[in-house]
Parts: sequence; C-alpha cells; structure tokens
Amino acid sequence: MATQFSVDRRTFLKTGAAGGAALLIGFHLPARASDPAQEQEKPPINPLNAWVRITPDNHVTLILAKSEMGQGISTALPMILAEELCLDWKQVSIKQAETNPKIYDHGTGGSGSVQGSWLPLRQAGAAAREMLIAAAAKKWEVGTDTCRAQNGSVVHGHPERSYKYGELVADAALLPIPNFKEVPLKNPRDFTILGRDTHRVDAAAKATGTAHFGIDARPAGLLYAVIARCPVFYGKVASFDATKAKTVPGVRDVFQIDISGRGASTNGGVAVVADNSWAAMQGRKALEVKWDEGAAANESSEELHKQFVANAAANPGQIIRNEGDADAALAAAAKKVEVIYELPFAAHVCMEPMNCTVHIQADRAEAWVPTQAPQWAQAVVADAAKLPPEKVVVHTTLMGGGFGRRYQADFVMEAAQVAKTAGKPVMVLWTREDDMHHDFYRPASYHKCDGVVDAAGNLAAWKHFQTSTSIAAKWGAKGEENNGKGEFGTGATVPYHSPNLRIEYTLAHSSAPRAWWRSVEHSSSGFVVESFVDELAAAAGEDPLKFRLKLLGEPRAIPQFGEGPDAPPLDTGRLKGVLQLAAEKAGWDKPLPPGEGRGIAGFFSFETYTATVAEVSLHQNKLKIKRLVCAVDCGRVLNPNGVRAQVESAAIYALTATLKDAITVDRGRVVQSNFNDYHMIRMNEGPPIEVHLVSSEERPTGIGEPTVPVIAPSLCNAIFNATRSSAKPIRIRRLPIRAEDLA
Amino acid sequence: MAVTFTLNGKSQTVDVSPDMPLLWVLRDTLDMTGTKFGCGMALCGACTVHINGEATRSCITPISSVSGKKIMTIEGLSADGSHPVQKAWIEEDVPQCGYCQSGQIMSAVALLAKKPKPTDADIDDFMSGNICRCGTYQRIRKAIHRAAGAPVQKA
Repeated sequence: MATQFSVDRRTFLKTGAAGGAALLIGFHLPARASDPAQEQEKPPINPLNAWVRITPDNHVTLILAKSEMGQGISTALPMILAEELCLDWKQVSIKQAETNPKIYDHGTGGSGSVQGSWLPLRQAGAAAREMLIAAAAKKWEVGTDTCRAQNGSVVHGHPERSYKYGELVADAALLPIPNFKEVPLKNPRDFTILGRDTHRVDAAAKATGTAHFGIDARPAGLLYAVIARCPVFYGKVASFDATKAKTVPGVRDVFQIDISGRGASTNGGVAVVADNSWAAMQGRKALEVKWDEGAAANESSEELHKQFVANAAANPGQIIRNEGDADAALAAAAKKVEVIYELPFAAHVCMEPMNCTVHIQADRAEAWVPTQAPQWAQAVVADAAKLPPEKVVVHTTLMGGGFGRRYQADFVMEAAQVAKTAGKPVMVLWTREDDMHHDFYRPASYHKCDGVVDAAGNLAAWKHFQTSTSIAAKWGAKGEENNGKGEFGTGATVPYHSPNLRIEYTLAHSSAPRAWWRSVEHSSSGFVVESFVDELAAAAGEDPLKFRLKLLGEPRAIPQFGEGPDAPPLDTGRLKGVLQLAAEKAGWDKPLPPGEGRGIAGFFSFETYTATVAEVSLHQNKLKIKRLVCAVDCGRVLNPNGVRAQVESAAIYALTATLKDAITVDRGRVVQSNFNDYHMIRMNEGPPIEVHLVSSEERPTGIGEPTVPVIAPSLCNAIFNATRSSAKPIRIRRLPIRAEDLA
Repeated sequence: MAVTFTLNGKSQTVDVSPDMPLLWVLRDTLDMTGTKFGCGMALCGACTVHINGEATRSCITPISSVSGKKIMTIEGLSADGSHPVQKAWIEEDVPQCGYCQSGQIMSAVALLAKKPKPTDADIDDFMSGNICRCGTYQRIRKAIHRAAGAPVQKA
C-alpha cells in the first residue's frame, strides 16, 4: 500500500472524505479495515438510523459526525440536515456520532466539513424527508406527490391533515432508501434556515462552564498522569530513578511507556500516575531521568537558517513549475526585484492543552478524546488494547481549539499505553510547556523571489525558489521526501499573469516535527506571493490594487497547482471580486494622514477567495492596526454569523503569528515554553475586524482557514505604504515582525 | 491539610496538600470542571475565579490561602445561564472553541462589578489577562457593553 502513503493533506483529507476509514488506510495503517473498492460497495446508509433520530414523542436529534473545535460545525452541519428535513431549527438537538468509520467520515480538517458535507447531508436529509412523506402517504393511501413536509410534519389535502414525524418514523425507517443521487433536493430559494444568521448551538453550554472538553472527562475511578518526555526531538529514555517521585503524596505509580505505533509520532517517556493532576506534575518534577538525546541534539534555528541560505545559493532546486524562460528574462532585465522572505516554525497553541483519557478492560476499551481524527484514535487504542476497533468506544469530545494539532494521535498513543499498564481509567494531561515543546510545527521556510516588470508595467518574470522543512518529508514514504508540490499549494498557482514563471524547491533537513497548522502552506505562500506582487507594484510605480487587478486580467481559470484534474481552478474573476470589495469597503482611495497607510492582499485557498485591507499607523516606531477590512467569497453562505466568526478568528490567529514570537530551536529542543515567551494577541491588541461576504450561488467552500494567509501580507504592505514617502520606507520580509524592523 | 471555604455560597471542606492550587482542587478533587487549565502560570486567565469578589487566577492560588474565603466559579454565576453577562455572551455568539470563556466571563463579571459602564479602554485594561486563541475579542467587547446595558450595535 506504499502508493497510498499520501503526504499531501488535501489528498489525505479527500481520501478520507471519499471512504470513511481511508484516513487510516491511506495514511497510517496497512490495508486492514477496508479499502476504497470495498467502501464503494457498501450498502446505502439509512438516514433515519445514521443522520436523524426521531422518537415517537417527536424529539428530533441530528447526528454530527465531525469534530467541533470551535469552528461552528455543530451548528452548520445540522442546519443543512434540518433544512432538507423541513424541521423547526429550534426544536432539534445535536448529538455527536459514535465512532464508526463504516458509516461516518469523522476526519475534520482542511476547512472541509461544510464543503465536503454540503451535498451528502442534503441528500441524507432529503432522503429521510422522502421516506417520512412516503410513510404518511401509505397511511393515508394517497400519492406521495400530494403530500409535503412542513415544520416536522407531513401534511396533505384540504382541509389539511397531518402526521408529526414522530408518528411516522417507525414505518418510515422500514421503507426502501431512496437513491441519494436522485432524491429531490430543495430549491435554495425555498431555504428557511440556510443563509440566515443562526446562533451557535453550543454557546449556552460554553457560557456556563457545562460544555465538556476532553480535559473534563471524569469516568469513575479516574487517575491522572503526566509524562516526562525527552526535550530533544526524538530523544529517548536512557534510564530513570523514580524513588523521589514516588514519595510525592498522591503519586501512585511511575513507569516507562513504549514508543510509537500506528503512525502516531511519539517517542514515549516516563509516566507519572497520580490521584490528581497536581500530584502527577509534582511527581514529574521529582523524577530523575537520563535521556539519550540522539542525533537531533546539535540542531538549531541558526543552523537551519544557514541551510536555507546554502540551499538558495545552490539554486536551482527541484523544478516545480516552469513556463517560458524566467532565467533568461531576468538575465536580460535592466532592473529586477530580488528579495528574500523567511518564516519560522509556528506552534498551534490550542487553549486546551493536549489530553486523552483511556480505560482499557479485558474485552473492551473506552476513550475520551478531543480529536480531529476519531477513527485514528480508535485504531491506536485498539492496537494498544489488542482489541478489534469495534470494541473500542471513542467519545469525541469538544476541543479547546484544534487548528490541525488535534489531527495527530501522539497523545492518544501515550494515554493508551499508560492506561494499559495502569489497568484503570487514566487521563494523560499535557502542561502548557509540554504542549509547546512537543508540537507538530508549521514548517519554517525561506523564499528567494526574483521578478521583472517591463516598461509597460507588466510582469516579465516571476521566479520563486523555496526551501523549507517539509511536512511531506516528515510524514511521507521514501521517494516522496522531496515533494515540493506538497509544500507550495496555491503558492505556485500564481494568479498574476507572467509569460515567464519558474518555481523551485529544495528540502531543508530538520528533526523538528512538522504538520498542518491553520491554513498549512498557504500561511507562507500567501505572505510570499502577496508581498512579492506588492513589491513589484511599487517597482512599477503603480497602485498595489490596480496593479493586481491588471495582472489578474479578464476572468480566467488557473488550474490548481499540484492538485488532480478534478480540483476546481482558481477563478481570477472571483479573486478580483474580493480584492475590489475589500478595497471599496475600506475606502482604498481615500487619503490618509502622514504615518498612516493601507495594505491589501488577496488569496485563494481551500476553494475560497479572501482579501483584506489593513489600515495602520506608525508613529515613533509604534505600530497600531486601526482596522482590518476582510472580504470573503466562500460560495453560498450557510450561516453568515458563523462565517464572520471564523474570519475574525483566523485574522487574530494570523496576527499572533505575524506580530508575536517565532518558535526557535536550540540544542535540538524548542526554546519557547509558555505564554511568557510565546506571546498571543490579547484583547488590547485585537483590532476592529470588518467582514464582508460575497453573495453567491456557488457551492459552499472552506472558511476556517482561508483568512489566515492574507493577514500578514496586508499588514506588511500597509506598513510599507505608511512609510513609503518617508526617508526610510519599511518593507517587512521576515516574520514575525520585530520591534527593530519598525525602527 | 483540611481547608474550609465558601464555594458558590456553600461551605466546603477539602483535605489536600496545602500547596495544591485551587484550580486542581476544583477540577480534580471536587470534579467542578467549568474552571479551566491553560498555562499554570497565571498568564492566560482560563482558570479565573472570584475570591472575595476579586478576579483571581486559581492555577497559582494555593488552597491553604483560601481558608475562610468566599470563592465563586463559573458554576456559581447562575444555574441556567441567566446571568446578564452569560446572556450577553450567548446573544453575541462569543464562544468558538469556548475553552477560555469561563475565565473570560469571570473576568468580565469582576470588571462590571467595579465599572458598571466600562469604556473600551477599561475593557482592554481589565480583560488583557485573558487569552482567547480563537480571537473572540471583538465579540467579548460587544458582549461586555451589552451586559452593561449599552445600546447594541448591529454587526
């Protein structure tokens, strides 16, 4: 199954969406549970069993098979079902699906839940509705075409008679399941739920402290554990002495746990199990461990930077995309723009530190997991417990943030190993320091960009060499190590017309674990592409907005780079649309006083188009972000309130990465440890964020991530525009922005 | 060591290590999980409770120091989400992941007790000890103004 060791997250997620357990098959497990061919043969799922539960007393429960990490999926997905089912939204409740990869595709990531569920959930809701209508028609002995669904009932005739769904569900569940591909879907003009501002279903629980996160699992007899891990990447336990740790009141046991399995990337450590979290932490402090630090102990951020510089000097790298002859155009040009951009490792920093609770018994196991990948958690626990997966019940809990971090199963593996030895329910809890030291970081990257603008102000050459600590190299099978395509995504789908375009890539080596961080490679690509085009506009002496619009040209389709032929192309018309909308709402052409400036950036990722205008002032080296004006085209908007919330959220997330700290490496370990040295944007630094949504009939696309890539470039471009007429224009090319950059 | 204090209006005695932070007594000894662990260093505010009416980071508050004091947690604010601050939070759809929101709400309640009509500067000043990784600051600000009875601005 080597060919299924896909390393590209979109492929990874798409495979998952196509076939339930494919996350496991395609990525982490040998073929065992199923394969895509078997998946296709599985019988249609009865929606009245899988997606909607209706009791005879008319209580309607909609099933949620994706993980809620704050992105609002527990509101948006049931809205789709309720719409097709013709339910009163206020009368439904939501229940998390059991972990059953044969029925559900649980994997949650890639801003894909709404885009991937939109059609299947409409079909499931419509099929359930048609079955309820058929059941009523049968009872009345009338044609189904004379009956209709309305507010949780099926109605018929004049004078109107009706059955509530609860009265029909027993009969309906036995009827043939309609062909999902042919079941009639509602005309969007008749939507009564979708497209309207809808309150979150979980706001009350989260405002009263009653919402249960992974860390809140409290099965009877629960013990608490923390794990001492080698601070150096992939270091191991050499030996340990638990004598002192065991004297700490409340400590029950101290033992070493095994290392990785099922693709879960962890090197184990020494577990301290106690009656409460505090005692476990105190026990760990008293524990003496000698580490075998391994080969990574010499690594540092300085060394990585040197690698980057050397890789760029050894140009050319692997050719990713090559059109025309960029090198010849560059050689022939009298005036070039030659710049270097650099981005550091970034940590996810979910507010809820990693944790997992597992109870393994002889014939069954139970786990409480805040996870974006419940089926992976199920497989990991099953392996540790030596049980078949169906004997493992995974409770997918709410997550205190995910951002991609909780797609991993390292913390699940640890908890399963500890629970196996402890023989009791155990929560493995990470401290903030654990969380920051043992993350899977957004790759660090270095970009050499060379461009030429001709006398007419058109692009004559665009060359982008990138070297980075690839995610592909961390997760891929051999032979895919140098997979530059996976590192570029839309960064190589340059929307600005240039007859000569060349994209190159060289892998940089690092032991730092890397994985998907909110918006993944787009966070780097957006910064580079949208900073570079801004620099080219300045070189051409043109307005940055007008320059972009000119190069985007008439609406045209640009095939998504590195994606399959089915991937919808980038539509330059829609990108133009969001740039123009953001500019219009921000008053792009209105003059600003000296020391103030606006910057713009637009980008396409997760099938969604975003643009932001940042408005800043810079006085006495002090930067103030006056506002961010965001425009988004994510197709049909299902819950405008939820979409705005995600844009606001992504903007703040990106601001932290733009303005605060880098994750740095010294002696093979991450230097930063808590919020005192890895700072977050706080209330006093959060600028007003305006969100403007494009009204669209296109299918809905991703929203959790696509705003991230435009924030840093819009801000840095604004800083340039605020200073461009000064004695010392400031162009930020390295993130995060340092105080000295603004001096 | 036995420590007695008032928790959400009721007398409570626990027998734990005297240096055990209040946070872990609430969460692990009393199974009151509404108060959250975020950093363990009073840097993020997720663990905020009220001690004698003052917003306090419970993660660095040894249990021995709360003897005889009045403690209120998110669970004590209202049984049903009917506290004006909670209502404002729900109305403005503040929570996303929601993990920090118990602490945010306890801070906001303490702010409004001191300044019933806070300005934006007051909110910045008082609420900057609470980190929200989902970036709900704009909505928190609106919700505080709403709870303070200020005219509600349309989104």
